[in-house]
Amino acid sequence: MQQRGALRFALTRLLSAMPTLFLIIVLAFMMMHAAPGGPFDEERAMPPETAANIARAYHLDEPLPQQFMRYFGALVQGDLGPSYRYPGYSVAELISGAMFLSLTLGALAMLCALVVGIAAGVVAALRKHTLIDRLVTGLAMMGISVPLFVILPIFVLVFAVNLGWLPASWSGTDSRIRYLLPVIALALPQIAYVARLTRGSMIEIMNSDFIRTARAQGLDTLTIVRRHALRPALLPLLSYLGPAIAAVLTGSVVVEQILGIPGLGQLFVRGALNRDYTLVLGIVIFYATLVIALNLIVDIVYGFLDPRIRNR
Amino acid sequence: MRYPAQVFGITVSGPSRMSFCHIAVRLRTGLMAFLLLILAACGQPAQVEIRALNRAIGPEPETLDPQLARTTQSHTVLRDLFEGLLTYSPDGKLVAGAAERWTVSDDGLTYSFWLRPEARWSNGETVVAQDFVYSFRRLVDPKTTAFYAETLVNVRNAAAIIAGDRPTESLGVTATDRFQLTIRLRQPTAYFASLLAQAATYPVNEKSVTALGETFARPGNLVSNGAYKLARWELGLIIALDRNEHYWNNAGTAIDTVRYHVTPVPSAELFRYRAGELDISSTVPTEAFAQMRAERPEELRVATFLSTYYYGFNLNHEELGSNPKLRQALSMAVDREALTEKVIGRGEQPAYSWVPPGVDNYEARQLSYAQMSAAEREATAKRLYAEAGYNEANPLHIELRYNTSETHQRIALAVQSMWRDVLGFDAVLINEEFKVLVANMRAMEITQIFRSSWNGDYNDAYAFLSIFESDNPSNMFGYRSEEYDSLLQRAAIQPNAERRRLYLEEAERVLLADHAVMPLYYYVSKHLVRSGIRGWQDNVLDYHYSQHLSFDPAR
Repeated sequence: MQQRGALRFALTRLLSAMPTLFLIIVLAFMMMHAAPGGPFDEERAMPPETAANIARAYHLDEPLPQQFMRYFGALVQGDLGPSYRYPGYSVAELISGAMFLSLTLGALAMLCALVVGIAAGVVAALRKHTLIDRLVTGLAMMGISVPLFVILPIFVLVFAVNLGWLPASWSGTDSRIRYLLPVIALALPQIAYVARLTRGSMIEIMNSDFIRTARAQGLDTLTIVRRHALRPALLPLLSYLGPAIAAVLTGSVVVEQILGIPGLGQLFVRGALNRDYTLVLGIVIFYATLVIALNLIVDIVYGFLDPRIRNR
Repeated sequence: MRYPAQVFGITVSGPSRMSFCHIAVRLRTGLMAFLLLILAACGQPAQVEIRALNRAIGPEPETLDPQLARTTQSHTVLRDLFEGLLTYSPDGKLVAGAAERWTVSDDGLTYSFWLRPEARWSNGETVVAQDFVYSFRRLVDPKTTAFYAETLVNVRNAAAIIAGDRPTESLGVTATDRFQLTIRLRQPTAYFASLLAQAATYPVNEKSVTALGETFARPGNLVSNGAYKLARWELGLIIALDRNEHYWNNAGTAIDTVRYHVTPVPSAELFRYRAGELDISSTVPTEAFAQMRAERPEELRVATFLSTYYYGFNLNHEELGSNPKLRQALSMAVDREALTEKVIGRGEQPAYSWVPPGVDNYEARQLSYAQMSAAEREATAKRLYAEAGYNEANPLHIELRYNTSETHQRIALAVQSMWRDVLGFDAVLINEEFKVLVANMRAMEITQIFRSSWNGDYNDAYAFLSIFESDNPSNMFGYRSEEYDSLLQRAAIQPNAERRRLYLEEAERVLLADHAVMPLYYYVSKHLVRSGIRGWQDNVLDYHYSQHLSFDPAR
């Protein structure tokens, strides 16, 4: 019974996401084409004959609705089209090339953020108003408010340029050590958020009646946290995780630009600046799908962690 | 210490050195274990490094198809991969390339080339004249959609082929025998030889293009005829080249492997150079220039470069278009020396002409006030501004557009304040994303004064002067002058180099007297080149072929 319910829930959610996705595609298509300048405009103007030849080859001379139908028709057959900027490369190729790296770095960073963030949050909650609590909340505040484009160059300057311990960029070495800086950089703000969220809800849970009952039974703090407090305390974190994971997985432009990482984030920004219509649309579709899927997963996991939702 | 110190749950009983060390060790071990766990989860094992030349390239090249390439980044890599009929020496002189010698007929209309019989493609096949015929036809073929198709526009029938009115076979390029190529032009073109050293006219391997279609230029597929061949291209990261063993002058190539690193952010590129990951930088960021000049003077290479930074006037704008005195006042009120020395400070030279210095066989004309003192200039600017009908009660209202960039913003702010100090009006600054600005410049509707720059595709004054011709698609000034057009037309068909030069110089004089544009400064090329690298020579084209470079064995 329950499994069929979950399946139906997932399917309905997926179906209801379709119109959203379509709307996103239409909007992205219109916004891309509304931006002044096209993929082939440079400071140096082409003679009109050359410009016409290029426009014809890429169907840019057709009216917009027709261009959209052409794009959408290919899309439903799974074809994201050719890149306008990189002749000979398809959008699917460009995205899948950058995707693997972004996903790997993002997953590592998120893992790191969850482990460190939850641990720090729990410790801070248990030692409320002590030095360690202040340290955690203070650092978390800093992690949230100091932007990466300030911290990261300092890291590079200190650890790569001055000390020479780490490579200054992705292509600086083939060794695994190159994962260190981007993972830490991507994880830092997430650690801060996770720690703050965990601390807040943990304090609330630890003050609730059922924990008091557990204490009265003589259980030690560690067991209480492990058996009773942690699961409900992580619920608020879950709803934050859906979008956060999507954001981290799809790559941070700042981190990628500073460390020269060929991930999705910089591909997207470069695509937008170059007016590489198909590339930008492809990444938007990929990102939208990812966000929708992750939110769905979060909802399902929510059900497992909180029976009240599952049974509703 | 006020609180009993608690670090990660471990209570420190007293401020003893031992316990702190102990904690530090435990902390470090724990952290290391965690990081190792992360690192073990992914990646490949480290590889043994071989000595490669690591060059920064700036933003990623868009393609390695010579006929489709549009940006200087692509052209830089293509210069290592391919060789045109002609090529450049390390000091920027035009020399024989895939052709060992060539002749030009007296009327300047027929070029004959004799190819090197020993020239080979990277797959071992012989490079023949037919390869060039095929590639030149490919360049002008409308189906190719080549950005630089107009490179060959003066070759007989090229214009009609580009317009789709004639078949590509009618192009005036023929292989008279296996190694001899003849090119016929519709009019004398003084700079034509230099076009044959440009990427657009590099040969491609017909068999490989026909068999592989648009994927022929990808790693594993690309067949090239230059000193290097394409080994791999990791998008967004690196383009790696290996020595082409079949290259006719392979013995002259010193470095086996060249890696072009994609470096879109100059400040990050500088970090990588300072960390020893790069041997040659693609530029030097403005904010770090002074520091680099002080710290690494022998590595910093600054050289004249064929490019002018300017503010253009849209002459379709009523006040600007009808008022040459106003344009002159605006131009004169800008202190170019202060701009280059104090505002930018990267070795750029103040510009008083449109064509930059360093152009072959040309003496640039100067703006009339080039020799005036700053005080004289300001006084004249004030007088002209008043004569144009403006004063404190009736100040000029004008917009200055520039594309978003820290340097452009600094310059715009400086010029705005110079105009305020000298002429007493406040220009409205508008920054726009690059493509937006270009679209506006081209439309010539809302632009008034705009920032841009122009660099010569080839080393000839015509490359600069041509954009002010009435019907030139890059004329974003709305400049129309019959006198100017006729001077350029006469220069275009003049086979005598000396007379042609006089026509061009006269045309620039007309242009500057009309104050159609405000040249601000001449760009310089800026690189950091590690001192262990030999063979680097500054040149106005900023071309530095990897085959001319070598490592100093002593380092």
